[in-house]
Amino acid sequence: MTNRDSLTPSVRDSISSTSRFSSLLSPTSTPSTTTTPRSSSSTFPIPQPSPSLPPLPPNLKRTSIIYDRPLPKARGTEVALGAWAFLFSEIIQYTQKRVSGIGEFEKRLNILGYRVGSRLLELLPLRDYLYPISSLRSPPPPTRTLRLLPILSYVHSTLYRYLFGRPADSLERSTDNEDEYMIGDDDMVVTRGVEVPKEMSELSCGALVAGIVEAVMDGAGFPARVTAHSVPSVPHPRRTVILIKLDPEVLAREAALGGK
Amino acid sequence: MAHSSQTCFGVLVINKAGGLIYHKNYAEGLAQLSSNDYLILASTFHSIHAIASRISPVPGSSGVEVIEAETFKMTCLQTPTGTKFVLLTTPSHPHPDQVLRKVYETYADHLKDPFYTAEMPIRSEAFDVKMATVVRGA
Repeated sequence: MTNRDSLTPSVRDSISSTSRFSSLLSPTSTPSTTTTPRSSSSTFPIPQPSPSLPPLPPNLKRTSIIYDRPLPKARGTEVALGAWAFLFSEIIQYTQKRVSGIGEFEKRLNILGYRVGSRLLELLPLRDYLYPISSLRSPPPPTRTLRLLPILSYVHSTLYRYLFGRPADSLERSTDNEDEYMIGDDDMVVTRGVEVPKEMSELSCGALVAGIVEAVMDGAGFPARVTAHSVPSVPHPRRTVILIKLDPEVLAREAALGGK
Repeated sequence: MAHSSQTCFGVLVINKAGGLIYHKNYAEGLAQLSSNDYLILASTFHSIHAIASRISPVPGSSGVEVIEAETFKMTCLQTPTGTKFVLLTTPSHPHPDQVLRKVYETYADHLKDPFYTAEMPIRSEAFDVKMATVVRGA
């Protein structure tokens, strides 16, 4: 994984910062592993590890701790498209003020998506295992996907259906480069409210979804560069293609696993 | 000019400062105005609307809602923020206010586009298409 380009370390860095959540999960554990701060000798004093949440007055109940909520969600729980359009619009405007080019713009959206995808990769199989759709069926424990095609079809169908309520419209392999796969989406839901101006026509706001896919591929052990491209056609003027460019090591492993 | 009783001739969207941010004609055979004339028309209507709400004998008037003439009817919907949607129809059009409500909805959807600045002229093909289906009463 050393031959990855500069995008991945920054993504990894931003992901690794989530490890602080472990202290939230077990707030009673003693902070034995953390080094004691010595603010007198350090230029930047390290703050004392505080308890994760401040105490509340006794007559108030905390209702919004995310860890207290039940893991299963009611099937069909959806977010209104209008609400999403406003949020995504703000994300785009916020990002646009802080970037200097379209490449950086897409990278930032990609990083945002990466943070979503790395969580989904854990959450979806666990949720399906603990709370299967049919209560009669006892599902097998979640297994690790070893081969490329199953993980691609997992992204194309299961992940896509969870995110957008329907599978993606196509899953293709590039005819020119054998390390490139494409997931086509004729009308991407997340960018439905966005109309990219002509002078920024290379920009595809689907970079957010590309980031989600990249996190899932990376996390499942299929490191890849994932990018989104607008490919308008006459029947589908808002068609977006998610291009997955796999690392050489993945292809080498596929070849080694061979016809098993 | 063979128009049915429900024909919508055109739509104007006027921002709260009286500037025209969108206009479109939807019927054939209308007298053509230059874009400058449309701007004047919009700001004049904006002023009339403001004056009407001041001189109204009833306190708290919202301004002009309908202007009826022999050959056309002009219906105006003002939003709480002061944006005005003006619909030009045949005098016998049964429910211009419902069309205007749809127009308002279409405009509100367009505001969610991160690359559109509110109060600025709307130049978008997707918006043109959506607006046409709404006004033509698909």
